[in-house]
Amino acid sequence: MEPIKLTYHVEGGDLIGAGEASSKMKMALKKLDLPQETIRRAAICMYEGEINMVIHADGGRAEVEIAMDHITIRMIDSGPGIPDVDQAMEEGFSTAGEIARDLGFGAGMGLPNMKRYSDEMKIDTTLGVGTTVTMRFNL
Amino acid sequence: MKLSTIREILDATVLSGEEHLDREVLAACGSDFMSDVLAYVKDQALLLTGLVNPQVVRTAEMLDMKCIVFVRGKTPDESILKLAQARDIVVMRSPRRMYDACGLLYLNGLRGD
Ligand SMILES: Nc1ncnc2c1ncn2[C@@H]1O[C@H](COP(=O)(O)OP(=O)(O)O)[C@@H](O)[C@H]1O
Ligand SMILES: [Mg+2]
Repeated sequence: MEPIKLTYHVEGGDLIGAGEASSKMKMALKKLDLPQETIRRAAICMYEGEINMVIHADGGRAEVEIAMDHITIRMIDSGPGIPDVDQAMEEGFSTAGEIARDLGFGAGMGLPNMKRYSDEMKIDTTLGVGTTVTMRFNL
Repeated sequence: MKLSTIREILDATVLSGEEHLDREVLAACGSDFMSDVLAYVKDQALLLTGLVNPQVVRTAEMLDMKCIVFVRGKTPDESILKLAQARDIVVMRSPRRMYDACGLLYLNGLRGD
């Protein structure tokens, strides 16, 4: 089977609509009859990534690939980049402001959650250029 | 525990999904921090929260939850209810505060995991 490729746009600064892309992705995965647990993990990871794009990077896009033995989710933005990735990965570390906290986010759990729920995660980031977070889920 | 029992215990008003009150939940979770909910929830199908915004519904959706209870009498707006309806998630409002709402459910046998 040819891998299925899906792309979702994430609007920057849209705190109300944030999650729309992850919601659509989750519905698409459900139609493919994949294991529910994997769908849930992928949805959680993409959702945290989407929230990060909205609150830290003025939006971006998600590229999802579904192949025979894995799902890959790539969250790509042209935001400010992450100065210290190790620090960003620490539970509780956050530069998020009041607005993100009002939404129930900004507790510094997003990236650790994405790491915990994915089978592999990689962060490519360049200051002033952007960040790409790639997550893999084995099927 | 059936959603109808939860409504009774919490003295709650059903704001959407009245037709699904015969659904069962086996465990619950209470928090105002969505990232915490996303981090620690496994099969808790009930979310109690004092936070009112669309991200509460999104969080419940990602976790395949069946019901959201807004505590302290907080009322979600129409857009939040629509979002929940489209995802088949029951929404209730309880006058109880978070601590009391969780305590009452726990006392009646609904655990955290
Ligand atoms: N896409 C991104 N672009 C720029 N910075 C980011 C991005 N994602 C995460 N960060 C940085 O990493 C920190 C930790 O992220 P995360 O664990 O998701 O916590 P939170 O979003 O709650 O702050 C953020 O506060 C932010 O400084
Ligand atoms: Mg985050």
